[in-house]
Amino acid sequence: MRTYELMFISSPNTIEEDINKLTSQLEHAVTDRGGKITKIEPWGRRKLAYKIEKFDEGIYTLVHIEGTGHEIAEAERRLRVTDFVIRYISVRTDEDLKRAAKVKAKRKTTLAPRPIDDDFDSDFDGEDELDEL
Amino acid sequence: MAEMENDDKGGKNGRNGRSSRHSRRRRVSRLTAERIDYIDYKDVKLLQSFIAENGKILPRRLTGVSAWQQRKVTEAIKRARNIALLPYTKY
Repeated sequence: MRTYELMFISSPNTIEEDINKLTSQLEHAVTDRGGKITKIEPWGRRKLAYKIEKFDEGIYTLVHIEGTGHEIAEAERRLRVTDFVIRYISVRTDEDLKRAAKVKAKRKTTLAPRPIDDDFDSDFDGEDELDEL
Repeated sequence: MAEMENDDKGGKNGRNGRSSRHSRRRRVSRLTAERIDYIDYKDVKLLQSFIAENGKILPRRLTGVSAWQQRKVTEAIKRARNIALLPYTKY
């Protein structure tokens, strides 16, 4: 089974109800094809790094999908035809995550922890800052 | 008149004496030190440390990461740009 992340930005004037409707549509589309939506993370309003269609901010939604790949094609099609979605991206994550897990496991067994270089700024807390939104 | 440019380029003393200005270069990269195995395009904070002021991706000689890591970082930055988490350019 493959895992994917699907992120889309809705225009700032979209009402929440419409977004919820869209995500449940996506859910149907995915489950009908044998896939599964494992998680939906509404990030909420966020400033865009650059203007898209004259909008300065957008409403971000992140969807985690498990499936074979056909679901993604359908989900992308849905996003494309939905007017209030101004941008979307889908990323396959299983291969890279698996690799990362492997490296992590290997390091546990073979390597002693590496001393952390005090040269760098330690403001990075390793957590996805956006989780709290 | 050429003096003004000096600040940014650091050309003269670049070859033998590395000036203190270049503190950006790290022997051990943050990725290795913090054991980040999965470079996520959503991790804006992390990716920002790999782009220059103007939004460009920093070269490996400045970031000090491995070639494999640099490729992953580049990929992640480009994804983040696409979804407007990072800018393509600034100013």
